[in-house]
Amino acid sequence: MSAAGALGKDLLGLEDLSGDQIRLILDTAEPFKEISERAIKKVPTLRGSTIVNLFFEASTRTRVSFEFAEKRLSADTVNVASSGSSVSKGETLVDTARNLEAMRIDMVVIRHGASGAARFLAERIESNVINAGDGTHEHPTQGLLDMLTLRDNFGRLDGIKVCICGDVLHSRVARSNIWGLRKMGAEVAVCGPRSLLPNAIGEFGVTVFEHIEDAIQWADALNILRLQLERMHAGYIPSLREYNRVFGVSRERLERAPKDLLILHPGPMNRGVEIDSDVADGPHSVILDQVTNGVAVRMAVLYLLAGGRPELAEAAKGGGR
Amino acid sequence: MTAPAVLLRGGRLVDPTQKLDQIGDLLISDGRIEAFGRVGEVRRDGDALDTVDCTGRIVSPGFVDVHCHLREPGREEVETIATGARAAAAGGFTAVCAMPNTDPVTDNQAAVGFIIRQANRAGAARVFPIGAISIGQQGKTLAEFGEMVGAGAVAVSDDGKPVVSAQLMRTALEYARTFGIPVADHCEEPTLAANGAMNEGIVSARLGLKGIPSEAEEIMAIRDILLARRTGGHIHLCHMSTRGSVELIRWGKERGINVTAEACPHHLSLTEEAVEGYDTNAKMNPPLRTADDVVALQEAVRDGTIDVIATDHAPHHYDEKEREFADAPNGIVGLETALAVNLTWLVHGGVMDVTTLIDRMACTPARLFKLPGGTLRRGSVADVTVFDPDAEWTVDPARFVSKGRNSPYAGRALRGVVELTLVDGRVIHRRREASTQGTRPPR
Repeated sequence: MSAAGALGKDLLGLEDLSGDQIRLILDTAEPFKEISERAIKKVPTLRGSTIVNLFFEASTRTRVSFEFAEKRLSADTVNVASSGSSVSKGETLVDTARNLEAMRIDMVVIRHGASGAARFLAERIESNVINAGDGTHEHPTQGLLDMLTLRDNFGRLDGIKVCICGDVLHSRVARSNIWGLRKMGAEVAVCGPRSLLPNAIGEFGVTVFEHIEDAIQWADALNILRLQLERMHAGYIPSLREYNRVFGVSRERLERAPKDLLILHPGPMNRGVEIDSDVADGPHSVILDQVTNGVAVRMAVLYLLAGGRPELAEAAKGGGR
Repeated sequence: MTAPAVLLRGGRLVDPTQKLDQIGDLLISDGRIEAFGRVGEVRRDGDALDTVDCTGRIVSPGFVDVHCHLREPGREEVETIATGARAAAAGGFTAVCAMPNTDPVTDNQAAVGFIIRQANRAGAARVFPIGAISIGQQGKTLAEFGEMVGAGAVAVSDDGKPVVSAQLMRTALEYARTFGIPVADHCEEPTLAANGAMNEGIVSARLGLKGIPSEAEEIMAIRDILLARRTGGHIHLCHMSTRGSVELIRWGKERGINVTAEACPHHLSLTEEAVEGYDTNAKMNPPLRTADDVVALQEAVRDGTIDVIATDHAPHHYDEKEREFADAPNGIVGLETALAVNLTWLVHGGVMDVTTLIDRMACTPARLFKLPGGTLRRGSVADVTVFDPDAEWTVDPARFVSKGRNSPYAGRALRGVVELTLVDGRVIHRRREASTQGTRPPR
């Protein structure tokens, strides 16, 4: 398979991409959206390609989304989870990678707990590598599907105001959003307890809000991050209850905003912690649209990395229903 | 067995201990510096004389490294005392101090004696053991400083980890006074540094790696300085890496507190930017810091606030470094690149003259740790290094004498090549290339 596509060999993070490359992926995702709406959700685009989904961390949403994207493009896929494989027997990442490569695969989708793991793999194998989340570094396809969802709603990304709320320190989603949105011309802010923001956040080119009320006044959209429960046990915040009272996005807080805010959440949600149920289920929540867009964005990434020509994406959808 | 007399002819003799800096000849016999003087003035009749043309070279007291890890006993596949001592010789070091974080820990007189025996068998650079501060480096019970010193230890340290208990550090500083040895501390406040993989800053935030803030080092540095003030003991602060630490050491020295400190070549040359791309060969503890810290450290070495340069040579097996950044071990090899890194960044970089560099790499470390060498005075032991300060070479870790290959300088062009290393007047390293062949008169 050609490695000389418009994106290069791998998709490791949005920090590495140009605005044009991001726009290309989002534009390519548009025609792929329609495939998932068909009765027979399958096109032959990646027939004959083999893809390994290598998940070293538990994941339902991202793994299933990638798998649907691959299957709807007719690729042959294998899922490897860290339990039940040689990984759990102490095999190193580099050995795992070499063994997979020896089976002549075309692409690897990797989710790993260590920052830099996707890049580590990409530098050592010929196959295309897609980062499905590496430690606290990046989760580029999540950033892309968030941007596609925002663009669907606002008609553009340039000039919109997005505030990322919560545990930015440990969030790969936050980093991918910050890089991607800024490259596309959006204004980006973050809001959360300082103990959950990087000390160097001031050098990211984002606005920092200490109070969620101020963020809500400013923003067009909130991307509300999941608060990992282990952060409380590690002492970053005193309690989930207080977190909800100080930083939780509630209907009362949103009602004081000058305009309606679009609500995004990468999931899985802690209802009643970072987001209240009536917000998550409310009229301005696009949380399920994000999930739908996730499949289309991942199809676009797979297609482009496989060497697919963007101008042929419409045709690549193949025959009718 | 007495080595033949050696005449180092026509080199630039540089010895800060006697303010010597002149082109001349240096004569070594019976393991001692016998004489030096202008070219052609130093004569010797009779026995075989190994004459080495040192034109264009610097003849210096042999370098002394007060901080390295030779991994034996316990990790002989990574380094041994013999390979480490030979790597030291190749780097121009005539004496190195081996840290006690071996397996088992060097925390008793028998373990100290083992290292000295292995070093004698190797017959390369001198190796001086540093004993542990606490039994098993567990930070609880004081090790037997007196017996370890009796067996040959020259200092104590729990390096690899900090002495967390302030009370234990206080006691160590007090107890060490009887034996006149420095207490060397790895300054790291463990709760701030926990799970850290690199310097805390914009690079760690971008890469998603847990950072180690400067304060983790500085809090322990000032604690140790204050305890040295209280006890009168000699605290030696290992591998200082931040501007804040420099300011604290300066504060302590201005008040006459018995504090000395070292900096490593990598902290004097590289920044956290070297971690970009998750290069595990740029992972060490303390981590590479910012350009501002590098400038402060360079200036501190120049003005003597930081007394010595030490390598913190820390070999690892290549596949230990061939893994995810957060899981890779800390440390890099340094013995064979130290001189060239220091020359390239500090001397050719215009920070200090070569005389000052020689003082920080040879004279002061020997004096602080009371080791032989560190001078070219007549009658002193002939631990001497000859180097070409200008010759350029490209670092190829595959050619290291050390078993370690983990160097962030791989592929970099550096200036400064060690030509000849002598211990007790005996050649323990000679540059492989033909450019500096000694001439031996026919018998």
